[in-house]
Amino acid sequence: MNAPLQETARPALEWPAVGVSRVPFGIYTDQEIYQREQEKIFRGDAWHFVGLALEIPNTGDYRANFIGDTPVFSVRDAEGGIKVFVNRCAHRGAMLCLETRGHKKDFTCIYHNWSYDLDGKLQSIAFRRGVKGQGGLPADFDMGQHGLQRLRTETLNGLVFATFSQRVAPLRDWLGPRMTGHIERIFHKPVKVIGAYVQYLHNNWKLYIENVKDAYHASLLHTFFSTFGLNRLTMNGALDLSESGGHHISWSAMASDDAAGSEYQGNSLRAMNRDFDLADRELLKTWPEFDDGVTHAIQGIFPTFIVQQVQNALAVRLAVPKGTEETELQWILFGYEDDTPEQQRMRIMQSNLVGPAGLVSMEDGAVGGFIQRSIQQDGDRSAVLEMGGIEVESQKSRVSEASVRGFWKAYRGLMGL
Amino acid sequence: MAERVEERIEDRIERLMADYAECIDEGRLEEWPAFFAEKCLYRIITREGYRNKWPAGIMTCEGRGMISDRILSLRRANIYEAQIYRHLTSCMRIKGEEQGGWRVHTNFAVIRTMRTGEMIVFVAGFYDDLVIEQDGKLLYRERSAVLDSERIDTLLAIPV
Repeated sequence: MNAPLQETARPALEWPAVGVSRVPFGIYTDQEIYQREQEKIFRGDAWHFVGLALEIPNTGDYRANFIGDTPVFSVRDAEGGIKVFVNRCAHRGAMLCLETRGHKKDFTCIYHNWSYDLDGKLQSIAFRRGVKGQGGLPADFDMGQHGLQRLRTETLNGLVFATFSQRVAPLRDWLGPRMTGHIERIFHKPVKVIGAYVQYLHNNWKLYIENVKDAYHASLLHTFFSTFGLNRLTMNGALDLSESGGHHISWSAMASDDAAGSEYQGNSLRAMNRDFDLADRELLKTWPEFDDGVTHAIQGIFPTFIVQQVQNALAVRLAVPKGTEETELQWILFGYEDDTPEQQRMRIMQSNLVGPAGLVSMEDGAVGGFIQRSIQQDGDRSAVLEMGGIEVESQKSRVSEASVRGFWKAYRGLMGL
Repeated sequence: MAERVEERIEDRIERLMADYAECIDEGRLEEWPAFFAEKCLYRIITREGYRNKWPAGIMTCEGRGMISDRILSLRRANIYEAQIYRHLTSCMRIKGEEQGGWRVHTNFAVIRTMRTGEMIVFVAGFYDDLVIEQDGKLLYRERSAVLDSERIDTLLAIPV
């Protein structure tokens, strides 16, 4: 006999009563949770980074991307504004933009030649009137009802965000002043792309985001600096959380007492007891880029966007979920349009520290997979997040998991878990 | 008396490539820097980056010192799962002479095998090389590994 159907409203997973200091492993493996994330987070009340405005400088330039599983594209319209649409023909649902970046006069579906203008309006339909009076669409077919699905779009200092939500607060309000201010700080003048690539991770997207928000692991998993006796003379730093808990900035300012001696050398990394020594320290050359003295700042914008300042290696990253078990991590490395050749060279050298081949951080590509593989049958067991206590709050110490807990606070709020 | 036949430059470059591939595939990474001139450029870049002339790649080493530091870091600092590469190279040809050396184009594919036996075509693309001769030995003055895909699976620890 068939068992009675279970009530579908039942949450797929029960959050431990103690709260965000525990994370049930099932959150990374459960298909129902994944579906709910698509609805409540990726199509819910949150803003999502979809690309840089500079990637689409001219009318008709487009940039395809994903918000969760949904393909979208941003396009520069005739007035110089940016619009974001679901990348899908209103007729049969075929994708319109097949390349990541490109240029089009209009968006014509390859399947049946339905064509949309840069504002997403359906402008023509092949054989709309049929052929020789036969076939075609009904006379009362309303083309005005069959445009592209348009998303709310906002741009902040050249970063393009979009949302399916009509309710979520305007972007700056949603980010809050601290987070908005940090983006304005990094993107305070025109930037240029100096590199881009994608890293494919064999873990749930949230394991990567937690890794970004986890300042505790940095010197433990990543041993490049300690192995080569390069002590980071980190004096000041903190973990700043947004009100929601969902966004964070982990920042630090290296000691700069000897920075006056030489602008480019030896001011930020110091050798201690060297068991091993690097043959060439060119890739450690830095210059103090911001007046505030902050040399490292990782900003995590809920749910999946990251702004990176690792000395002079500047980048944005976007984690795109690809099922419960896999994540596409997009990297865009940038500098400023007015970089001197020497500054650009230092950025290129420092880019060796980050990314899939990053000397400092390549381990981040693998560690999520080590978790994903171990938890498959233990969805009701939990990870422990008590470093720095159990609260969600800004903290002076970065030996803390407060920002990871903050992510879960915001996540649970949207997910209703 | 047998006359010594001078080896064609194409054959010598082909052998350099084979020795280079064997060095990496057999895990003799400490020997890898010796394939490069003291003053050199080694980089791994995507096809899109190569076309757009993006200056930053996935890996950029200037000079043999930085190249050997890569290996030192792999051996001493970085953590990654045991894996081996198998380079398959083909269609090598000399595209011209340049700076007293040879501009060489060679296709490659690298199959990565994990401890579990899982195998994937990890990267495929072409080498854009400048090969020079120093003291009777061929060396890479420039080697750009240009990847067809912009996507790297998990991480890239061992050079290509």
